[in-house]
Amino acid sequence: MLSVRDLGVAFGAVEPLSGVSFSVEKGETIGIVGESGSGKSLTAMSVMGLLPLIGGRITGGKIVFDGQDLTDLPERAYRKLRGGRIGLITQNPMTSLDPLKKIGPQVDDVARLHLGMDATQARARTVEILGTLRIPEPALICERYPHQMSGGMKQRIVIAMALAADPDVLIADEPTTALDVTVQAQIIRLLDDLVKQRNLALVLITHDMSVVAQTCDNVVVMYAGRAVEYGPVETIFDRPRHPYTQALIACIPRGLEETARLTGIEGTVPTVINYPKGCPFHPRCARAEAICATDPPDFSVEGDSAAACHFAEVAHAQPA
Amino acid sequence: MILRYTFLRLLMLIPVSFSISVVIFMIVYLLPGDPIDNLLRVGSSPEDRAELVAQYGLDRNLVIQYFVWIGNMFQGEFGQAIVLRRPVADLVAQNLPYSLTLGGLAFLFSSTVGMTLGTISAVVRHPVLDRFMRGFILLGSTVPGFWLALLLILFFSVNLGWFPVSGAGGWTSLVLPVLTIGFGGVALVARVTRVALLDAQREDFVTLLHAKGLSSGTILFRHLMPHALLPVVTILALRIGWILGGAVTVEFVFGRPGLGSLLIRALGQRDYPVVQACLLMLALAVMLGTLIGDVAQASMDPRIREKKS
Repeated sequence: MLSVRDLGVAFGAVEPLSGVSFSVEKGETIGIVGESGSGKSLTAMSVMGLLPLIGGRITGGKIVFDGQDLTDLPERAYRKLRGGRIGLITQNPMTSLDPLKKIGPQVDDVARLHLGMDATQARARTVEILGTLRIPEPALICERYPHQMSGGMKQRIVIAMALAADPDVLIADEPTTALDVTVQAQIIRLLDDLVKQRNLALVLITHDMSVVAQTCDNVVVMYAGRAVEYGPVETIFDRPRHPYTQALIACIPRGLEETARLTGIEGTVPTVINYPKGCPFHPRCARAEAICATDPPDFSVEGDSAAACHFAEVAHAQPA
Repeated sequence: MILRYTFLRLLMLIPVSFSISVVIFMIVYLLPGDPIDNLLRVGSSPEDRAELVAQYGLDRNLVIQYFVWIGNMFQGEFGQAIVLRRPVADLVAQNLPYSLTLGGLAFLFSSTVGMTLGTISAVVRHPVLDRFMRGFILLGSTVPGFWLALLLILFFSVNLGWFPVSGAGGWTSLVLPVLTIGFGGVALVARVTRVALLDAQREDFVTLLHAKGLSSGTILFRHLMPHALLPVVTILALRIGWILGGAVTVEFVFGRPGLGSLLIRALGQRDYPVVQACLLMLALAVMLGTLIGDVAQASMDPRIREKKS
């Protein structure tokens, strides 16, 4: 349904994103994981065609949606896809609704714009969708303002907005990051149900490996604007081949014993102006050798998964 | 909800107007000089003077004078101008329309032109336009009104002869005063609009509006403009006082009748009742402006409505 091939993005002279590939079919969920600053949100913005908004441009690669390359799609045609066939859910529900407008009209907009409905039809649809998202008293909620609702409720409204025109693809950019843990689980379950019920293709962007393990079919691990490993979720979790993926999995908190300490990855993601030469992860990698600092690694493919590491062949045999 | 808010705001005006009336009353008495001096003929005796002072009640206790004054105000009785020897109410009624026309037009001019310029410069964001706007804003906020008035008169009236040099005959005589008073406002409003629009554009919800498939034009006019209007309304409300204050000197330079000219003349003659009435009218206008601004904001922003009512 949606397939991204070798995507590169630049802001002026800097290129924070390059060589990102993934694809997702209807009824499937693909997880894009990585720390903050790894280029996950930028990938989402690229697919939505919203890069010009933040001053970026696509430098290479293809974004193929339903057989059509979106990278050179004119804005007018893109607007029909946005909200119509590709829905977006953003990170922070607290700030993602217009605070001066009532909830109802903000959701109605989508059906009016893409389904050609009039105000009454659109409202009926809004109420119906809010109901299916388990929002109590949807008709009443429509008359409320965003600041009168909780974060979890607002995120459901945002999801309703993304669903209103019955899209084929849903892009959820860290949909739970700003929410309470209990609400996080509800939202993730909701998204998971939606994928199955509505046969959606879901691109789930997150930094939470446990969410990925629960919901995704395939995973792309991103680091410093690059995809470093991709494959089916079982393979990635059972036999991670890239040291970064291994480190991410090691960071998932487990066990309640007092001896269980939280693990982290030493250092931070490099900023775009000082991406290291060679393998971008080598300064933080325990396994790095001389070649890692000079030559960028190619993808080593094994079955339907691949890892960009010079030592991918031996990596899973002796985990870091 | 909005009615309740307006009512509460109106209630708050009562203590404010009371304090303002005290301040106005006292300030006038702190001024050096005396209106009686202006009334006395050369060679009058101290007895003549005492008689006049008693006649206008200026020999009474200040507190009593205040209550007499404020009591009369409540009955719509503004008193008699001491030097001009006419009812103050007449003087105000005669001059107020001129000030309202000038102030209203200047307000309209600065808000419409300012918002248009601000919007254009926020949407276009061209470096050359930006530099021009910055220079224009700097000039607009620093050039004093009376000096600009003189320059405009020199150029448009004296050299080109397009508009009358002074007076209040017909619309042509309004052009230069409105430009003078409105100029600073245009610059200020343009700047505030521009910044507010750019700020609004950076809000998270704008990304989602685009993601819904709305066009940039729809987003600008339906969503960004209301946000940008909030600070602009605040500025405009404060500007009402500024415009009236600016009108005082500008009216004088252009030789226009109006509250400002009346005030300056009355000040020169220490004509207390007239000065007090003028100041009170100006203060009232500022209070009403702020009230309208607050109510307008509350009607636009549900968050303000709830916080304050």
